[in-house]
Amino acid sequence: MDQIILQILNGLDKGSAYALIALGLTLIFGTLGVVNFAHGALFMLGAFCTVTLSRMLSLSHEVVDETRTDFLGNPLKVDVPYLYDIFGETTGAAIIDWAVPLSILFSIPIMILIGIAMERGLIKHFYKRPHADQILVTFGLAIVLQEIIKYYFGANQIPTPAPEAFVGSFDFGAAIGFDPNAIIYPYWRIVYFFFAMTLIAGVFAFLQFTTFGMVVRAGMADRETVQLLGINIDRRFTIMFGIAAAVAGLAGVMYTPIVSPNYHMGMDFLVISFVVVVVGGMGSLPGAVLAGFVLGILESFASMREIIELLPGINQVVIYLAAILILLTRPRGLLGRKGVMED
Amino acid sequence: MLGLDKKDFTLLLIVSALVLLAPLLLNPFPEGSAMAQFNAGYPDLMQRFVIFGIFAIGFNILFGLTGYLSFGHAAFLGAGSYAGMWMLKLLSMNVIPAIIFSTLIAGAISFLIGWISLRRSGIYFSILTLAFAQMAFVLAASVLTPITGGETGLQPALSDPRILPEFLGGGSVTADGNIPKPSLFGIEMTASSEVAVGNWLWTLNWGYYLSGFMMLVAFYIAIRIFRSPFGLMLKAVKSNQQRMSYTGLNTRPYMLACFVISGMYAGLAGGLMAAMDPQVGAERMQWTASGEVVLMTILGGVGTLIGPVLGAGLIKYFENIFSKINKATLEVWFGVFPDWMTDLMVTIVYPFIGKGWHLTLGLMFMAVVIFLPGGLVEGGQKIAKLFSRKKEPETPGGEAKPAE
Amino acid sequence: MGILEVKGVGKRFGGLQALSEVNLSVKENTVHAIIGPNGAGKSTLLNCLVGKLIPDTGSVMFDGQSVLGRSPHEINQMGISRVFQTPEIFGDLTVMENVMIPCFAKRDGSFELNAISPTRKHGDIRDMAEQMLIDVNMQDKRNMQASSMSRGDKRRLEMAMCLVQKPRLLLLDEPTAGMARADTNNTIDLLKEINETRDITMAIIEHDMHVVFSLAQRITVLAQGTPLVEETPDNIKGHPKVREAYLGEAQV
Repeated sequence: MDQIILQILNGLDKGSAYALIALGLTLIFGTLGVVNFAHGALFMLGAFCTVTLSRMLSLSHEVVDETRTDFLGNPLKVDVPYLYDIFGETTGAAIIDWAVPLSILFSIPIMILIGIAMERGLIKHFYKRPHADQILVTFGLAIVLQEIIKYYFGANQIPTPAPEAFVGSFDFGAAIGFDPNAIIYPYWRIVYFFFAMTLIAGVFAFLQFTTFGMVVRAGMADRETVQLLGINIDRRFTIMFGIAAAVAGLAGVMYTPIVSPNYHMGMDFLVISFVVVVVGGMGSLPGAVLAGFVLGILESFASMREIIELLPGINQVVIYLAAILILLTRPRGLLGRKGVMED
Repeated sequence: MLGLDKKDFTLLLIVSALVLLAPLLLNPFPEGSAMAQFNAGYPDLMQRFVIFGIFAIGFNILFGLTGYLSFGHAAFLGAGSYAGMWMLKLLSMNVIPAIIFSTLIAGAISFLIGWISLRRSGIYFSILTLAFAQMAFVLAASVLTPITGGETGLQPALSDPRILPEFLGGGSVTADGNIPKPSLFGIEMTASSEVAVGNWLWTLNWGYYLSGFMMLVAFYIAIRIFRSPFGLMLKAVKSNQQRMSYTGLNTRPYMLACFVISGMYAGLAGGLMAAMDPQVGAERMQWTASGEVVLMTILGGVGTLIGPVLGAGLIKYFENIFSKINKATLEVWFGVFPDWMTDLMVTIVYPFIGKGWHLTLGLMFMAVVIFLPGGLVEGGQKIAKLFSRKKEPETPGGEAKPAE
Repeated sequence: MGILEVKGVGKRFGGLQALSEVNLSVKENTVHAIIGPNGAGKSTLLNCLVGKLIPDTGSVMFDGQSVLGRSPHEINQMGISRVFQTPEIFGDLTVMENVMIPCFAKRDGSFELNAISPTRKHGDIRDMAEQMLIDVNMQDKRNMQASSMSRGDKRRLEMAMCLVQKPRLLLLDEPTAGMARADTNNTIDLLKEINETRDITMAIIEHDMHVVFSLAQRITVLAQGTPLVEETPDNIKGHPKVREAYLGEAQV
């Protein structure tokens, strides 16, 4: 029993990331009809927003500390972040410590701008081209983005820790009456899960309850009719692309304490997130979220020791197997509409 | 000639001449000169040119003719490599059984994957092939370790049986106690003869010429397929599947046959890779490797005969030569300018070359997809047209023949 | 006994009964028109004949064999060809190649791995296609890319692609839709000539009564998924049931 709970919990944080990326992909596909292979790169850019902010926050200048000496007996030179000068040492240190959550605010405008620039500058010209062309050009863009990041940040992983307060684990088992240490769950993963849920709920609320969202949903269902009504759907779709980019970016920002950012993390997630979208049903937002969590949990169950002993290697292929089975038996995915991209 | 019309035969002749003379043509700079680092005429790299050429020709038969975009072709390449390697371990170091077996195994695997994936078309087909290839990759790296050698990969060992008689390349150990090298009836693939003319040094390598010959065969078969009724049917699949079935044609076996042929090309390329450089790792099957052959084909010119070969050559040249340019080289090049300008130029250019070659590749690829859907071949044709138009005015009333 | 016998065919989409109890008998070497107001189920019926849809009830017999459960390419191989409302041709290919493909399908069946011998060496196919292009007066367009032609030419090409297979039954879905008067008359002449000289039975769905009355020897009127009457053109003109079905549509 505790094993099952543990696996579900383990699946949740990975599932959250899958769900967030797939949600953004589906927003783009549903609104613009574009298959975006650069979406993983947006996730990666979000993660590097965090890296950038935490570097900016720790910008330092050299100060000679007269009270201490180095091993040669000279006064010690120490790096003091500018933030210490501005806010004092305690507040300054706290701000640096909270770099990851602060990056949320920092990354939203940046990611929206990147998204809009991408749509206006490139994707716009590919609406009428075949899906294969869209895949190809966004695949090229993904390579370009990841190489730019590699040039400026290097090829190595860059650790970005969560704030001090969230380091460590929560003994979930003890809290609900199992043996202590049976179900241990890192605090940050709990944060990530709730963050993802909030973000997903936010996107759905935005689409459901605002006029803007209503028009976009109508446009997703029947673009031509909406345009006949004299509504400029294109501009709204551009903004949706920005929002989708921001969702992917935020998923990346918050994921940095779980996996240290590196330039190819986008490509790593891309394949899986496409599988998620297809399993959920191309163009279905609830489908993307559902499939994200289902596949995340499926993956963590498949990595249980008992199951691996039974079917070696199953943990690594279970997602692909699920996708193949779903595509063959239910081509429109779990919650997809009929006829989307079937030719 | 050879069942080709004049134009295709000329093309085949040109490509044959290029393959034959590549060791000379790719080494245009004398040894020891400043430009010698741009020489690409060394065996290892030339082998890669032609082997990836085979891979791309095969991919183009699928994507170029039918428009089905597979993101899983690296799985067939990898399967071919493993199969070839097992022949080198079990039968003999003779490369002939290795490349035959690798082609057959890749054919069998592509039949299985194709049989399932071709139930869907469009993006779903792409995702299915991608999923299968990723599965093959992770399995090869983990569970299939007894067959694939897992993360360490597979290479010949002294303990291998190699049951065929010695004159066919069999035998576990050579006379001096080493692992034998892959060979063709006694001629080792690494064997080369060097020709020096003045300051120029040309390496004529057996492995390269064997691979080059295989590429010519592959290229010739591709031409025949493009010009055959079968090729016509594949173009019809791309153009209008609905009309195709209402014309009494069953698209499924056509697609499956095409997919298998394409997979066998990948297997042949994989087998040759194992034969030229006898070690195979799972990374050969990763989806980025599938992406690479997509890049090659598009860059060169999808649906054209020669495009994929050009694309393969270009990307491999970039990867191996262009990537070696460093800051010091640039400073020498721009040294003629005043210092501040040298620094500026180096700063601007540096991100795009050397280690940053992927960036240039990505940008080039995007430019091709956006502006030149026919790839370099279309670019070449456009330039050629520009020049010929200057010479002679357009022939009036002539019906334009659609580009092949 | 007609070459095409449709008996008691019904088809339901969710809550909509698109076809019910449709009976139809098309006699050999006649032109049989199926008319009816919009939504009468004409296209659904056609799709049931060619294997795109499978009816829920009833039987469809072609020349004594059932077509039900067969896929479109099998039905075509039995001798039924179809012309679409908007021409379905191979747009990327040349006119000549467009006509050669059905020739290959006629000669080699639904699949043949002819991967090595060059297309141009198949002389019989070339001759067949060449003759067809002459028949439809398109020989000067043989090297044009099909998608670059006018709509009228595309229609003619599609017709040629069907005719070159020498089908026993040709199904036409509004062959003159969106055509100018002159083009319509040309098409009528072409179809008449085909029917008379090639012994091809035709079933035609049409809105334009001018076309229907110029061509058809028998007419079936379909309304709300069921056949109202099956009669000769002369008897249809004044038929009260037909007037009723078309009430509001001032075409008769």
